[in-house]
Amino acid sequence: MDTKLALLLLFAPFIGFLINVFTGKKLSGNLSGIIGTAAVAVSFAVTLSFFLQVSSTKEAVMVDLFQWMKLANFDVHFAFQLDQLSLLWLMFVTGIGTLIHVYSISYMHDDENIHKFFAYLNLFVFFMITLVMGNNLLIMFIGWEGVGLCSYLLIGFWYKNQDYNDAAKKAFIMNRIGDLGFLIGIFIIGYLFHSLDYTDIRTVIETGSHHIDPTWLSIAALCLFIGACGKSAQIPLYTWLPDAMAGPTPVSALIHAATMVTAGIFMITRLNYVFDLAPEVQNIIAIVGAVTSLIAASIGLVQNDIKKVLAYSTVSQLGLMFLALGLGAYEIAVFHVITHAFFKACLFLGSGSVIHAMHGEQDMRYMGGLRKVMKVTFITFLISTLAISGLPPFAGFFSKDEILMTAFHHNKPLWVIGSVASIMTAFYMFRLLYLTFYKDFRGTEEQKKHLHESPGLITFPLIVLAILAAVGGAISLPGNSWLNEYLAPVITRHAEHHHMGTTEYMLMAVAIVGALIGIGLAYAKYIKQSAVPAQDSEITGFAKVLYNKFYVDEIYTALIVKPIYALGSFFKNVTEVAISGFIFGLGKLANVLGAEGKTLQNGSIGFYLFAFVLGICSIIVYIFLAK
Amino acid sequence: MENILQQIGIENYIYLSTLLFCVGAFGVLYRRNAIVMFMSIEIMLNAVNLLLVAFSTYHQDAAGQVFVFFSMAVAAAEVAVGLAILVAIYRNLNNIDIDSLKKLKG
Amino acid sequence: MDVLIILITLLIGAAATYFAGDKLASKVATFFSLAAFGLTLYISYLQSNGVEVGFTRPWIRVPNIQLSFLADGLSLTMVLLTTALAPIIILSTFKKVQNKAKSFYGLIMLMVFAMAGTFLSGDGLLYYIFWELSLIPIYFIALIWGGGEAEARKKDVVKFFIYTFAGSLFMLVAFVYLYQKTGSFLNYHFLRLHLNGTEQFWIFFAFFIAYAIKIPIIPFHTWQANVYQKAPTAGTMLLSGIMLKMAIYSIIRWQLPIAPAPAKEYMYPLIALCIAGVIYGSILALKQQDLKKLLAYSSLAHVGLIAAGVYTLTIDGLRGAVLQMVAHGFVVVGLFYAAEIIQRRYNTTEISEMGGIRVQTPRFTSMFMILVLASVALPSTFNFVGEFEVLYSLAQTNIWFAVLGGTTIILGAFYMLRMFQQVMLGEQNTKVFADVTFGEGFVFVLIIGVLLFFGLYPKPIVNFVSPVLENIILHINTSN
Repeated sequence: MDTKLALLLLFAPFIGFLINVFTGKKLSGNLSGIIGTAAVAVSFAVTLSFFLQVSSTKEAVMVDLFQWMKLANFDVHFAFQLDQLSLLWLMFVTGIGTLIHVYSISYMHDDENIHKFFAYLNLFVFFMITLVMGNNLLIMFIGWEGVGLCSYLLIGFWYKNQDYNDAAKKAFIMNRIGDLGFLIGIFIIGYLFHSLDYTDIRTVIETGSHHIDPTWLSIAALCLFIGACGKSAQIPLYTWLPDAMAGPTPVSALIHAATMVTAGIFMITRLNYVFDLAPEVQNIIAIVGAVTSLIAASIGLVQNDIKKVLAYSTVSQLGLMFLALGLGAYEIAVFHVITHAFFKACLFLGSGSVIHAMHGEQDMRYMGGLRKVMKVTFITFLISTLAISGLPPFAGFFSKDEILMTAFHHNKPLWVIGSVASIMTAFYMFRLLYLTFYKDFRGTEEQKKHLHESPGLITFPLIVLAILAAVGGAISLPGNSWLNEYLAPVITRHAEHHHMGTTEYMLMAVAIVGALIGIGLAYAKYIKQSAVPAQDSEITGFAKVLYNKFYVDEIYTALIVKPIYALGSFFKNVTEVAISGFIFGLGKLANVLGAEGKTLQNGSIGFYLFAFVLGICSIIVYIFLAK
Repeated sequence: MENILQQIGIENYIYLSTLLFCVGAFGVLYRRNAIVMFMSIEIMLNAVNLLLVAFSTYHQDAAGQVFVFFSMAVAAAEVAVGLAILVAIYRNLNNIDIDSLKKLKG
Repeated sequence: MDVLIILITLLIGAAATYFAGDKLASKVATFFSLAAFGLTLYISYLQSNGVEVGFTRPWIRVPNIQLSFLADGLSLTMVLLTTALAPIIILSTFKKVQNKAKSFYGLIMLMVFAMAGTFLSGDGLLYYIFWELSLIPIYFIALIWGGGEAEARKKDVVKFFIYTFAGSLFMLVAFVYLYQKTGSFLNYHFLRLHLNGTEQFWIFFAFFIAYAIKIPIIPFHTWQANVYQKAPTAGTMLLSGIMLKMAIYSIIRWQLPIAPAPAKEYMYPLIALCIAGVIYGSILALKQQDLKKLLAYSSLAHVGLIAAGVYTLTIDGLRGAVLQMVAHGFVVVGLFYAAEIIQRRYNTTEISEMGGIRVQTPRFTSMFMILVLASVALPSTFNFVGEFEVLYSLAQTNIWFAVLGGTTIILGAFYMLRMFQQVMLGEQNTKVFADVTFGEGFVFVLIIGVLLFFGLYPKPIVNFVSPVLENIILHINTSN
């Protein structure tokens, strides 16, 4: 029974995908949307039942289908496990997935390829479920690459625009760099543990049944982290995520904010017992996370595209999660993943609602005053903004505060970096809010006439997500955490429990004050002074560096892409020609030898006879001398 | 019957046939007239025949002499064909100098 | 019933195709190739149930050449690949008007016959005869039905012929030497031979030249791209789908077991050379402006990885290589077919003249996309299974080999997606592009079906080849 249900959970979105792919053209847009949504909703329902079951029994559900690969050291099976961690992830993947599908029915209504859109979305959910449900690293890898593929397909959904296609390609290739790291990590893990199953790895570590070389284990952990960097957009592999905003907004919400980009965090949490044995790697993770969080936030300060701001904010928040992971506080990272999924999905969907009303305009310099016409969008957006800025009692406050608190106890510089990033977050999020919803409308008259609140199918998910963003913090209140208890079986070393003393309350106060400072700065600039960001050409100084994202893309192009092309030209024009020339040279050599040889045959019989006699004589001489 | 080899030693036959062979060989190499070359070849052939006969007697084995008859028959046939070719060449070129036969050069 | 019936079917098929005349040739060829495939399946089934389907009979007394056919899991897998691809390749030429059709299809069948014979032969000289026989049909196919300017084509095709033929002569020398030692050409006898280090080195080297040219491993690859570009697509498919697998198969079957010592001694340089080919081919693929040439260089990269897996001398490497051979055979045929379909409509293989095709062709786009993804080894396609095992074996040899060989994951995605974007995406092309017909789509569906099925369930092939490969590894490890 469990097996069948688990397979239903897995394959419902896949069936939706098949239906939409093969019959989508004949279906009306709404119908394919409904099929797609229903497919994910079924998964959500099944997840819910499993979730309740596992919450009470505390026994993971294991499903073993059949052997997939066979290697000398180990076998890999198509096997799935539904334990606390995977079910938690499935809850918000399928839950938020369903909401975003609902949203997309309306949002993508006019697109001629809506059935493909839902097909890809369903395929994405299918692969995401595979990623989360697998009971070994290779099944995770199937999902891992699968979601990358769907991300590629969806970023380039409007494939007539080659810029979008470039963005899609870039996302896929950068992910693949990470994937190579992941793959190498898998090789080392397989070599060390003779298995890729999570349970086997954990057993080996806990029982110490055979010796594990710590150096190789650290290298494996590092490689896996590189994989996580690619998928979760950390330095140095983060540049694809902002470009990925080329995709339709629901895609940004689902894939590039709530679910896929958290896969890296899922993987590290899943293998927390491996990473615990590699403290150096944990340090690297923490530092990379903190630095990413700061750099992305600083770039976010000056962006004018509403989705780009949110994208950098996502990178920054993911950085905070990695900071938590690096400090060994896996539960807290997971907690932030969940709250972030709520408020970031809400923010993206809200921005989608705005873009919808603005007929595709994404530049905040041409928005403003939308508060009056888009009430629901505004209120939900406001709640989520407060949540991401870290103000109590919204969800983001609790999770972010716990991360900073942990950082404070372990590593003060990282705490400072994280706090600065949080202040910046508050600033740019309120900058976005003020530019979009306050003051007067700055767009064209034509746009102004058509401004409207979005239909119910769009606002309904917003409302649900806003409520979750408001109260989601309840799952892990300081001192009384349901989440920590729930996750206890899957995490071997628990984050130390902070006693809520004076220090802790001080830290909370600092965080709140920091957020308020950020908000205050934004208020002073964009409400008091009514500033509107300058046109691109007028940006100067450090702001210009920030606006151009520290020129990282350009640097990558100059350092990596260009040399590869140059090498290609070199190979094509020099080595290929040289090798080919050498081979032809051999042919020519034969020709030359022949030409030389033929002069021997001069037709003079006397010469032939002379050569003949000489030859016979030399043979005779040879025979006598040899004896 | 008294063996002729008891009067003239086998080595003398060898010397003579070597001499004849060399005369023939040099004739072939040195002369350009096809008929003279032909004759030189015959001399070489007969040098070998002489040696064969001498050794045949030396070993008291008739096989060598039989072989000489064969080779003389073949040589006769060869001369017949060869002379015919020479006549044909002479009709075409009006001489039988082999240096003028260079059409087969590579 | 034994394996001879497969060969006889193919040979009769070749003759029947020729005598059927131009109109019926393609159908007769399809019939016989399908029949051969069916027979191969049946014989593989018998073999896996323990029936002895190979045999050795005296053939020529002096020199001692025997009619010996090996039919174990490895060779039957390769024959299955050959006979499965043959009807697909023949189907792919339908709808395209061929002049001298009876010769065209007859030569294809003859080539399939020769290649199947190569995979099955257990006698060195018999193997050599089949090996060289397979070269003759492809020479004519490429020369007569190829594209491009006639003079340039002739130059490239003749170069290819002489090049591979010259390489094979080294192999013949090795066989003759081995014959001197054993008085027989049987593979089985060669394996029992105790050769000293120098002998093994020269034999290994001779085999290596022959195989490195055929595979090709850099720097012996310069014939490849031009021939792939200029041969008719069916010929390119035969070359890249099956013929180069003959060489990799031969490494496993002949080179490594006969001369294991140099393989162990020179393992690192050999693998390094193969991996250099991976990177070299990938980077060159990035610079190609011709679709078929791009696919040729991508093939160079993939095959380099397969060869690297073989030279690791581990069971994972060999098994991965065999799986990858089958997978690559299908995917490369599919990709060249896609190129052919574009060429039929646009009359060019220049990438710059394409673009904006997707708007007009949803079905073709999806199928092409799946093939591109399979070629970059997306998990759940067959290629991933092979590539994973190969890379794993490389990682066990030296982690840097896996890292460098693994760049194919990144670079492969780079040039394939770039190509896909330039060929398929963008604003609608002004030239009309009709979506695939039923017949064309059918070929794609067959290929994609195989790739996905074995991607998820490779067990049948794994179980079929593993015992043979384990024996070979055992032989290599126990011999000194």
